[in-house]
Amino acid sequence: MKEFLLHYHYWVVVFLMMTGLYAVVASGNLLKKVVGLNVFQASVFMLYISLGVVDGGAVPILRPEVTVYSNPLPHVLILTAIVVGVATTSLALALVVRIKEAYGTVEEDDIHRRDEAE
Amino acid sequence: MTDLVLAALFVMMIMTALAAIRLTDLFAVVIMFSIYSLLAASMFVVMDAVDVALTEAAVDAGIATILMLATLVLTDRWERPSARLRMVPLAVVCLTGAVLLYGTLDMPIFGDASSPANTHLATYYLTESPGEVGLPNVVTSVLASYRAYDTLGEVAVIFTAGVGVLALLGAARSGRGGAAPMRDNPVPRVIAKIMIPLIILFALYVQLHGDFGPGGGFQAGVIFAAAIILYAIVFGVDAAAQVIPPAGLKVMMTGGVLLFAGTGFVTMALGGAFLDYDVLVRDPLAGQHLGIVLVELGIGITVAAVVISVFLAFAGRRRAR
Repeated sequence: MKEFLLHYHYWVVVFLMMTGLYAVVASGNLLKKVVGLNVFQASVFMLYISLGVVDGGAVPILRPEVTVYSNPLPHVLILTAIVVGVATTSLALALVVRIKEAYGTVEEDDIHRRDEAE
Repeated sequence: MTDLVLAALFVMMIMTALAAIRLTDLFAVVIMFSIYSLLAASMFVVMDAVDVALTEAAVDAGIATILMLATLVLTDRWERPSARLRMVPLAVVCLTGAVLLYGTLDMPIFGDASSPANTHLATYYLTESPGEVGLPNVVTSVLASYRAYDTLGEVAVIFTAGVGVLALLGAARSGRGGAAPMRDNPVPRVIAKIMIPLIILFALYVQLHGDFGPGGGFQAGVIFAAAIILYAIVFGVDAAAQVIPPAGLKVMMTGGVLLFAGTGFVTMALGGAFLDYDVLVRDPLAGQHLGIVLVELGIGITVAAVVISVFLAFAGRRRAR
């Protein structure tokens, strides 16, 4: 039981990751796949940030009265990853818009059917 | 107390994530994702990552949601329930999850100060950065000085993605934006006029105060873009294109990356390594500060220009019949 309490945040993160992955794999709608990918991505961010937490640590902005800080390195990596993530998401959304214009649908099954018919 | 807040946030995140994959109204799905992102930002505050929380709240809960809604306008609101068997994806997901859970058994416990991640570089940054960089915000020191090379690469990725979206959708041209239905509605118009100057002021504060408090170029660029996007939503894309012309946005997109890389070349010309700011002025700490201000400015300009251009590209496009 103690083991579970000390590790449970990993379990929640894995559950959220798998929720996002399920939307990517199982959903036929391209926009929903993009949302699923973003849910997955945010849960990976949480995994990284949770690794940098130090018990009793403070926000890593240096002040004379504080001695223990949380790890700033995961913060840097994830901060840039979030902005890169939205840039790549916008590229994916632009592709969705172009697919809609070319095929008249964003449902994967319909796109495959139209490809096979041609 | 912290554990209780974390547990409550985890429960709400699981609920919003499940709702996002179960709903078929894509408008609701996107809003669920926005709430999920805001909860993630709250979680980052609890986990001491204030810079990350600011970014997550502005980027994923704000800009990503807006772009998804813009896509929704150009596509269909409702997802068609699929006739496909869902058991295979479920099995794949369960198997992957089981492997990941098995992996977590070896992971350090939450808040462990002696875990490998917290003992090597982190302690170096926390103890040496006051003498080497001299800024209170260690995240900014690492982002813009120690790992500036990496950050330059990431700004280049954002620039490339922006160019990719413009290549796919075409840059917004005036005369294509169409009507702005919200212009005739006094409530959004008045609120926008009050909010836009405050948002821009806040963006400048986040940009210039990032050395001392949470913030920096990435967050400031996105917040500044949010002000312009609000203006475009309320007053129309044409009006926004008059405030910031598309040609100016292209100059800003490239200018920011060039300012960042140019700072690196100047340090080389002065006899230092690429992006080694010590040589910029006689006092190394003042040089570090100047270099960080310059590259953060470059980051802010590029991020703001890319986000605004991407939004205008989506908003300027007609719905396919």
